[in-house]
Amino acid sequence: MPEESPLLHFIFGRLTLDSLPLHEPIVVATFAVVALGAIAVFAAITYFRLWGYLWHEWFTSVDHKKIGIMYMVLGLVMLLRGFSDAIMMRLQQAIAFNGSQGYLPAHHYDQVFTAHGVIMIFFVAMPFVTGLMNFVVPLQIGARDVSFPFLNNFSFWMTVGGAILVMMSLFVGEFARTGWLAYPPLSDIAYSPDEGVDYYIWALQVAGIGTTLSGINLIATIVKMRAPGMTMMRLPIFTWTALCTNILIVAAFPVLTAVLALLALDRYVGTNFFTNDFGGSPMMYVNLIWIWGHPEVYILILPIFGVFSEVTSTFSGKRLFGYTSMVYATVVITILSYLVWLHHFFTMGSGASVNSFFGITTMIISIPTGAKMFNWLFTMYRGRIRYELPMLWTVAFMLTFVIGGMSGVLLAVPPADFVLHNSLFLVAHFHNVIIGGVLFGLFAGIAYWWPKAFGFRLDPFWGRISFGFWVAGFYLAFMPLYVLGLMGVTRRLRVFDDPSLQVWFVLAAIGAALIACGILAFLIQIGVSIRNRHALVDTTGDPWDGHTLEWSTSSPPPEYNFAFTPVVHDLDAWWDMKRRGYQRPLSGFNSIHMPKNTPTGLIMAVLAVACGFGLIWYMWWLAALGFVGVIAVALVHTFNYHRDFDIPAGTVARVEGERTQLLASEA
Amino acid sequence: MLLIILPVMGFTAWFAWHYRGSNSRARYEPEWDHSTKLELLIWGAPLLIIICLGALTWMGTHLLDPYRALARTAATNNADVAVPPLEVDVVALDWKWLFILPQYGVATVNDLAAPLDRPIDFHITASSVMNSFYIPALAGQIYAMPGMETKLHAVMNTAGTFEGISANYSGAGFSGMHFRFRGLSQPDFDNWIADLKKSGGALGRSQYLELETPTENEPIHAYGTVDPLLYKAILNLCVEPGKMCSSDMMAIDVRGGLGLEGVNAVLPRELAYDKYVRRGSAVFGPAPQYVVGICSVAELGNTSTSPAVAVTQIQGAPLLGAGLRPPFRSAIHETAIPADAPARRTSNS
Repeated sequence: MPEESPLLHFIFGRLTLDSLPLHEPIVVATFAVVALGAIAVFAAITYFRLWGYLWHEWFTSVDHKKIGIMYMVLGLVMLLRGFSDAIMMRLQQAIAFNGSQGYLPAHHYDQVFTAHGVIMIFFVAMPFVTGLMNFVVPLQIGARDVSFPFLNNFSFWMTVGGAILVMMSLFVGEFARTGWLAYPPLSDIAYSPDEGVDYYIWALQVAGIGTTLSGINLIATIVKMRAPGMTMMRLPIFTWTALCTNILIVAAFPVLTAVLALLALDRYVGTNFFTNDFGGSPMMYVNLIWIWGHPEVYILILPIFGVFSEVTSTFSGKRLFGYTSMVYATVVITILSYLVWLHHFFTMGSGASVNSFFGITTMIISIPTGAKMFNWLFTMYRGRIRYELPMLWTVAFMLTFVIGGMSGVLLAVPPADFVLHNSLFLVAHFHNVIIGGVLFGLFAGIAYWWPKAFGFRLDPFWGRISFGFWVAGFYLAFMPLYVLGLMGVTRRLRVFDDPSLQVWFVLAAIGAALIACGILAFLIQIGVSIRNRHALVDTTGDPWDGHTLEWSTSSPPPEYNFAFTPVVHDLDAWWDMKRRGYQRPLSGFNSIHMPKNTPTGLIMAVLAVACGFGLIWYMWWLAALGFVGVIAVALVHTFNYHRDFDIPAGTVARVEGERTQLLASEA
Repeated sequence: MLLIILPVMGFTAWFAWHYRGSNSRARYEPEWDHSTKLELLIWGAPLLIIICLGALTWMGTHLLDPYRALARTAATNNADVAVPPLEVDVVALDWKWLFILPQYGVATVNDLAAPLDRPIDFHITASSVMNSFYIPALAGQIYAMPGMETKLHAVMNTAGTFEGISANYSGAGFSGMHFRFRGLSQPDFDNWIADLKKSGGALGRSQYLELETPTENEPIHAYGTVDPLLYKAILNLCVEPGKMCSSDMMAIDVRGGLGLEGVNAVLPRELAYDKYVRRGSAVFGPAPQYVVGICSVAELGNTSTSPAVAVTQIQGAPLLGAGLRPPFRSAIHETAIPADAPARRTSNS
C-alpha cells in the first residue's frame, strides 16, 4: 500500500497488501492448489445444479442426522489440512541436521506446529466426536431430533466459522506462533503484536460458542427426550458417554471462553490479567487454560469409549460385560477429569505437596479407565467375535491404548515429569492416546454407523488397507518419538545439533508417510463404496445384528427416524425386541410433527465470522456490523412463528410401506 | 504397572484369537454379562497398584523436590555444611541464557560450569517469556518465568561437557537456545573463574538492557564484573532506571497501597530502550506505561521524565488500608522537590 490514507486505514484496519504472503512460495503454491480445488468443486456443483439441493437439503437443514454428517465432512476436510501440517513438521525435523536449516524458516515452522495442534483438536477431533454424537444419540434414545434443532444447525455453522477463520490465516496474514495453547507472556501483545494470536482467539471463540451450545442441546436431548421406558440405567452406553462428555463440555468450555476473553482484553484494551507487569499473572492463564484443557481430552475420549463398548458388544454377539460398572467408571472419569489439571505444569514450581496431590489424582483416573479396558476384554470372553472393520479397529485400540495409558501414568509421577515434561516422550504419549484412542475409535464408529447413515456398507477391502497403513504408520511414527523423548529431545525444535538423532526422525517421517497412505486408502474406500453401493446395500436396517434402537429403523432412517416412538423394556432395547419377536407395525400411522429448515444459523455464523475477521484486522466497522448483525438476526428469528410442520400420515404410510416391500423382497 | 499392562495385552490377543467367529469349539454365552468376583478384581487390582504407586509418588516427589536443599552430594556422601553451595542466578533471555555467579561477581552468556560434588543453588527467572531451564545430565527441568523466581538444587558428580537447553518453546530463536554446561574439578573451576574475571567486561544495567534485546544463536561470552543488584532488578522487572520494582510495589500494597493518588505514579514510558514499544501494545489501551520508582532523587534524575511530575511525596497518613483518608482529602501532595533533597524511601530496598 503506497500511502497510508485514513480512509483505507478505516476500511481495512491493519490489513495491507503486505499481509498477503506472496513472498512465501510454499504458501503461494498451497493457495494455488486450494484455489484450483475450490474452483473445481464450485464448478462441479454449479454444473450438476446442486446448489439448490445443498442449500435446501443440507445447509439449512435442522435434521440431526444431516448435521451430524456435515460435522463429519468438516472433520475430514480439516484432517487433511491438519495432517499436511504434520507432514511438513516431520519432513523439517527429518532433514534439519548437520547444519541444515531444513526448508521451513522459524517464522513458518512455528505457525505450522501451532496450527497443527489447534486444528487437530478443535476442528478435527471435536467435529468428528460431535458429529458422531449428533447422528447417533437421538436414534439410540428413540427420539425424532434433538431438543433444539435450530440451535443444532447454528452450533454446526459456528464450528465451521471457526474453521474458516483458521483457514483464512493461511492466506490472509499469519497464524499464531505460540504453540497450541498460546501461553502468555508469549501470546501477549508485547511479544506477539501481529494478527496471529488474534486469529487464534477469535477462531476459538466463534467455534467455542458452537461447541457449548451443542453441549447444552445434547444434554437436554438425553435428559428429556428418551423413549418411554428408557430409564437412565437402560441408556445405551454410547449415550451415557455422550451425556458425560456434554456435561464436561458445558462445564469446561465457558472457562476457555473466559480465559480467551481475558487474553483478548489484555491484547485489545491494555488490561493486565496475564502480563508480566502491573500485577498480571501468566501462570493464571496456564491454570485456567488447563482447567479447560484437561477435561477437553476426556471430552474427546469418553464418547469413543462408548463407541468401543457398542462395537465390542455387537461384534462379540454378547451383552456388554459390566454395564453398571462401565457407567460408574464413566461418571468417575467425568468428575476426576477436573482434579488433575496441574499435572500439565508440575515444572512451574508448585511445590512437592501440590505436585503429589495432582500426580496421585491423575493415577487414580487410570483405575476406572482400566476397569473399562477389562470390561471390553470380558465382553469378548465367551463371545463369537466377527472381525468386521469396526472390531479390527477396536482390537488395535485395546493393544495400543494401554501403551499410551502406561506412558501417561509415568508422566503423572512428578519426579519423572521433571525429566520428561515437554519432551518428545510427551508428544508420543498424547498422540498415542489421541490417535490410538480417539482416531481409531472414530474410524470404528464411522465404519459401524456408515450403513445406518447411507444405507450401504463401507468397502471392507480398502478399509482393511487403510487400517493396516494407519496402525503400522502410527507405530512407526510415534515409537521413535518415545525413544527420542527418553533421550531428552524437546518438542517444537526446528533444527538439531546431534546427528545421531536423525535416524529416529527419518523413521518417524516414514511413519507419517504410511499414515498418509492410510488417509488416502480411507478416501478411496469411501469412493469405492459409493460406486459399489448396490452390492454393499443394507436393506434390513440392521446389518450387524445390533443391540440398540438405531438399528430398528431403516438405513438410512426416514426424516422422522421412527414412525412410532419405541417403548423400551430392557437395556439392549432392540436386541430385546428382536428376541421377543417384535413385529413392525404396518398400519395406523399418524402425522408427525417436525421442525422446519431455516437459514438463520448459517447467516448468524457468517456474521460472527465477519465480526471475528473485523476484530482480527482492526476493521472496527466490520466487527461492529457483525456483532450487531448476529444479535439482530437472532432477535428477528424469535419472531419467526413458522418453525414447524407436520408430515402427513399418508406420507408416513407411504415411506413405511416402501420399507415393508423392501424387507419382504429380501426375505 | 507392567503387572497389569502385560496380562491385559496378552489376554486381548488371546481372547481376540480364541473367540473368533470361526472357532466353534470356543464357548459362547451371549447372556453372560456380570460377575461380582471379576468386577472386584478389575477394580481392586488396579486400585492396589495405584495405592502403592501413589505412596511411592508422594515420597519420591518430596524427596526429589527441586526446592529441597540437598542432603547428600553423592549416594554415599553427605553434604558438607561448611562448604557453601555454589549460587547461580539464571536468567532466560530472548534467546539465550545469562548466568550470574554472585559469589564470584562474574556472569556468562550460554556457558556454565560447576565444581564437582559441590551443591548448586539455582535461582531462575526470565526477562520476557516463559522458558524451561534444563540440563538433562544434571537434574530435572524447571520453568524460568518473568517476574517470578523458581529454584533448583543440584549437584554435578561427573566431569565433562554437557548440553543445557530450554525445554519450553519461547519464540523464533528457541531452537538455538542451548548452552554449554561443564563439570570441572575444583582447580579447573578456579581457573575458569579467574579467566572470566580477566577477560570480560562489566555487566551493569545498561549492558543488560542491550543484552536483553532478542538475538538468535548467541555465542558464548562473559562479563568480568557484575552489578550485584542486577539480578534482583531483573527479577522485579525494574532494570530500566526510574522504574519501580515489583517488590516495592508489593511492599506498598501490603501496607494498604497508595490509593487513587497512586495513579500519579504511573507514567507514560519514555525510555530509550523499550521492549514494549519495540514490539506491540494494545490497540485501545493506554500508551505503554510503568510505575515510577520512589527511590532517590539521584536515580530519578537519570530518568527522562520531569521530576516535577514524577515525584510524589508522602506526608503523614500511615499506609494502612482501612485508615487511609479518602483520596480527595489525601495527605499525598504533588510537589516539586529541589534536586538535592532526599525523597522519602517507602520501599524495603
